[in-house]
Amino acid sequence: MNFTRVFAIVLRQFYLVSASFARFMPLFIWVAVDVVMWGFLTRYLNTVAAAGFNFIPAMLGAILLWDFFIRIMQGITAAFFEDIWSHNFLNLFSTPITISEYLTGLVVSSITNSLVGIAVMLFLAVVVFGLSFLSYGLVIVPCLLILFMFGIALGIIASAIVLRLGPAAEWFIWPIPAIVSPFVGVLYPVTILPGWMQYVSHLLPPSYAFAALRATVVGGAVFWPGLFISIALAVLYIFLSCKLFTSTYRHAVRTGLIARYSAESLS
Amino acid sequence: MKQSVLRVNNLQKLYGDTIAVDDVSFTVAANEIVGLLGPNGAGKTTTINMVLGVLEPTAGAVSINGTDIAVNRSLALRRTNFSAVYTPLPGNLTVYQNLHIFSLLYGVKDFKRRIDSLIERFDLKKFRFTKCGVLSSGEQTRVSLAKAMLNEPNLLLLDEPTASLDPSVARDIREVIRDFAVKDGAGILWTSHNMYEVEEVCDRVLFLSHGKILLEGDPKILPKEYGKANLEELFITVAREPLTLME
Repeated sequence: MNFTRVFAIVLRQFYLVSASFARFMPLFIWVAVDVVMWGFLTRYLNTVAAAGFNFIPAMLGAILLWDFFIRIMQGITAAFFEDIWSHNFLNLFSTPITISEYLTGLVVSSITNSLVGIAVMLFLAVVVFGLSFLSYGLVIVPCLLILFMFGIALGIIASAIVLRLGPAAEWFIWPIPAIVSPFVGVLYPVTILPGWMQYVSHLLPPSYAFAALRATVVGGAVFWPGLFISIALAVLYIFLSCKLFTSTYRHAVRTGLIARYSAESLS
Repeated sequence: MKQSVLRVNNLQKLYGDTIAVDDVSFTVAANEIVGLLGPNGAGKTTTINMVLGVLEPTAGAVSINGTDIAVNRSLALRRTNFSAVYTPLPGNLTVYQNLHIFSLLYGVKDFKRRIDSLIERFDLKKFRFTKCGVLSSGEQTRVSLAKAMLNEPNLLLLDEPTASLDPSVARDIREVIRDFAVKDGAGILWTSHNMYEVEEVCDRVLFLSHGKILLEGDPKILPKEYGKANLEELFITVAREPLTLME
């Protein structure tokens, strides 16, 4: 792994974001809107629901963590899309960069960009709405790790899909978090889902993280083996996503897609 | 005998039943400029893409500076670079930013000095902080050529490098590239449809037709050998009646 080449990918993203208002604003604006909207909703629910239950850590905390996952995933896909939008594949992949260096660069770009959104999110949630992460206890650490790793895996899978299907497939990617969301039980326990959806949710690492957070909020016992299974699943998905991207890239090199990628529609 | 910086052996590329490149073999030596000529669809760009490792050959091998690109692509490309009229650098970054990023990707030591000298050499000083997307096509070509020389490549691949330049700038650029081959010892593979340019610049030419190398030789001598007045006439014969040259 050559870290100078990894840094080149990160620097490219920094140059783009720092010079463009249109790229900088989305790093935090939607997150801020989410936190404000859900913050007021949970505050309202606290006034009308039975005394003793605090909706802020249960709902606002969950929304905040889900936004964290979305930031990580979209941070990777957005950095990847920059190469598509600027028709840069031929220039980029004719340099000595390896696929692992490129993917690492996308992940680091995503982390640095996400930090901006996360900072705004935390400020609003903690200062304005009084969310205390201490109320979650230690369980917050593996939960954040799970969401972070699953965000990376899904971001790489999404990039592989676009690499394989062409630039128009970008529109498949943006709704992915919304599609995954009902299965992982961000705001409700997955036990209320129909059987087939529960089977799917067992395969998705965030399901275990949100179950653990909910258990903590209501004072129940955290199912720690579930969290370990979830971490193992997330590691497996990162491994499989890298394999998928690499094999998609090899397919693109074999068929000439990389060289012809500026075309709008490729099959 | 000069050392080969590029060795292409029995290269073949099939797309289904279509043969894009058919059993092509050639070398490019240090200090040598080799013209890869042929009509549209002859297989020139396909060959260049295979040399760059962005297209996998169906058969055959590409070796750059003694390294097989299929075995160690990263090492083979460290002292290789390219410029093509159809791949401008990202338009949303400035000239300096693009050169900075590519100098990191190619592992250029003392990149600031190298970038400054290339900006000077390609007359890009006033565009240093201008986004590439707003430059004219000729200016973008100069930026792309500056990128192509960042890592002081042993092997330089140029796909129609002067296609979007006016004759005066094109002549200057040809001199810069010629200098680069002579003084810096680079081997250059050059495609162009401008036969006068090829005759002026190239030490040797390869004529591709239907994916095969049809003719090879000195561009100043080759036309006479086939009874043609000049390289352009020979090119037209290759494009329209390739079989007459094989008789």
